[in-house]
Amino acid sequence: MTGRTLAEKLWQRHVVRELDERTDLLYIDLHLIHEVSSPQAFEGLRLSGRRVRRPELTLAVEDHNVPTHSLTIADDASRAQIDALRGNCAEHDIELYSIGDASQGIVHVVGPELGLVQPGMLVVCGDSHTSTHGALGALAFGVGTSDVEHVLATQTLAVARPRTMAVEFTGLPPAGTEAKDIILAVIGAIGTNGAQGFLIEYRGEAVRSMSMEGRMTMCNMSIEAGARAGMIAPDDNTLAYLRDRPYAPSGAAWQDAVSDWETLVTDDPDAFDRVVRIDLAELSPHVTWGTNPGHALPLDAAVPSPESFTDPVERASAERALEYMDLRPGTRMRDIPIDTVFIGSCTNGRIEDLRAAGEILRGRRVKPGVRMLVVPGSGRVRVQAEQEGLHEVFKAAGAEWRLPGCSMCLGMNSDRISGNNRVASTSNRNFEGRQGGRARTHLVSPAVAAATAVTGRLAAPHDLV
Amino acid sequence: MEPFSSHTGRTVVLRRSNVDTDQIIPAEFGKRISRHGLSDALFARWRKDPAFILNSKEHEGATVLIADTNFGTGSSREQAVWALREWGFAVVVSTRFGDIFHRNALRNGLLAVVLPDEAVASLMDRAEADPSFEISVDLTKCEVAAGQDRWSFSIDERARWLLLNGLDTIEVTLRDAADIADYERSRPSWLPEIPRGSGSTQARAGTR
Repeated sequence: MTGRTLAEKLWQRHVVRELDERTDLLYIDLHLIHEVSSPQAFEGLRLSGRRVRRPELTLAVEDHNVPTHSLTIADDASRAQIDALRGNCAEHDIELYSIGDASQGIVHVVGPELGLVQPGMLVVCGDSHTSTHGALGALAFGVGTSDVEHVLATQTLAVARPRTMAVEFTGLPPAGTEAKDIILAVIGAIGTNGAQGFLIEYRGEAVRSMSMEGRMTMCNMSIEAGARAGMIAPDDNTLAYLRDRPYAPSGAAWQDAVSDWETLVTDDPDAFDRVVRIDLAELSPHVTWGTNPGHALPLDAAVPSPESFTDPVERASAERALEYMDLRPGTRMRDIPIDTVFIGSCTNGRIEDLRAAGEILRGRRVKPGVRMLVVPGSGRVRVQAEQEGLHEVFKAAGAEWRLPGCSMCLGMNSDRISGNNRVASTSNRNFEGRQGGRARTHLVSPAVAAATAVTGRLAAPHDLV
Repeated sequence: MEPFSSHTGRTVVLRRSNVDTDQIIPAEFGKRISRHGLSDALFARWRKDPAFILNSKEHEGATVLIADTNFGTGSSREQAVWALREWGFAVVVSTRFGDIFHRNALRNGLLAVVLPDEAVASLMDRAEADPSFEISVDLTKCEVAAGQDRWSFSIDERARWLLLNGLDTIEVTLRDAADIADYERSRPSWLPEIPRGSGSTQARAGTR
């Protein structure tokens, strides 16, 4: 890689050694781990008699399995997995944020908010949504458990050089739209494999004016377009976000770091292997209708007919999705009734997301018969929200205010769906059964989730009187 | 790991596109702390349907899965690969794989082979017509053979070398320990470190 794009610069600064024509051994600056993808990796270390090379570059959190209504895990398997993580971290001297700890939360919320993820870093985690951290101007990607073990033992990974893609936004998104709408529109446009094998850099004025939380939402869902990673060049927003966070550099080190970070920009916009242009001037709130994140449409649209897909594979996928979702072509998205609303996850569990939902719910009620969970992404987000009184807004509206965790994003903890509920969810995946049971998931932004809770049907904030 | 050079086996066809790893192994099975004993979890939700292809007697013992495009998208859970291996699959053929799944597969001796659309379509038709239909995959020649037909495939050269020789990837990397140590000395001093106990209360023993 020649180093003309942000992605290439990030890659190059982590090359320990070129292994062959296509593969580099990369050094990992931060290894985030959680209870689900790590036990077998530690077991591997034990069997081979190896130790963790750099425990102080490793941080563990409990997130996927944790209940969000109490600090006690009732499920035996979940508890065993959490206990395994605690034992492994104690044995290998790794810092761990456990249930009930002030800093505990979803791994992709905790890393950035502690200032642990900084521009120029290479971050990995045994979790596909590691792409989130690219919002800070870092290279960040998800790996499997074998790679977790490899990083624990060597602090490196051998990775083939990916191609680079620019997603160039033109126009500014209208008021009433959020980062979630933008990324759903992107995935709807390019498909779930549209960025496969690529590192995406999001570019354009819309990105520059976007908050760090919004950038994290976008980068988070890069994996849903098949990308290895998504990233955004650091700027004043990035610096303002990082300044004074617990692990951010301070004093003279801050100045040194900023001088370095200022070089992390793409020098030659023509150097990308692929460029996708998306105009945001006409963007409106987006929702999903099917069973993968590429099945996204404006809320103003209707459920599509399978015949509208020219590609036979996509047509078959749409037919199957409609059957699973129990939807008829032509039904207006706004006419789809919802019985469960989930606000949270590594995609939309940050303070700005809770503020957006709180603004809409203030003085309103969740429709009777609709269950609404609001789950802060971390203990710090929870404290911040309570300082702002948001928890009172949610509770007054009739929503459940929960403890931090992955919660209803995936059917792994006690917040899983057991029936065939229809859920408006601010999470990232609408796969069959992802939220548990035969849950039918519609991916939405926090604002759309809140408006939907009020009306009991998919709705945008401007639909509310 | 056992070296992988070639495999010949009976096939089973999964005619669904965009099969994500939540379908291959639902999240609730990801709570287990062993990489073994996961074959019961493979496609657990779909297998509740008696008509699901892996429930058919005539495909018992199949070792080659031929899947529609974009197989293994979504979650990075390596359990998806472990479950396929435990079920008995040695090879998965598709036109496209999710990146992380593909990497996980090759790390575990599950040969994920990408073939062109027409090759996969042909293999699917023939496998569906004849449950005893076999294919051979030769990693030394990078070639898939079925009857008189031959298709060559490309695969990451490093992954191929590791598989052919059955190498432990960590051991291979540790041969570069001196380079890793050199690199570490060059890292900027402001990069964060997290000593245990630095910012948090210690984990409590047990959760009851």
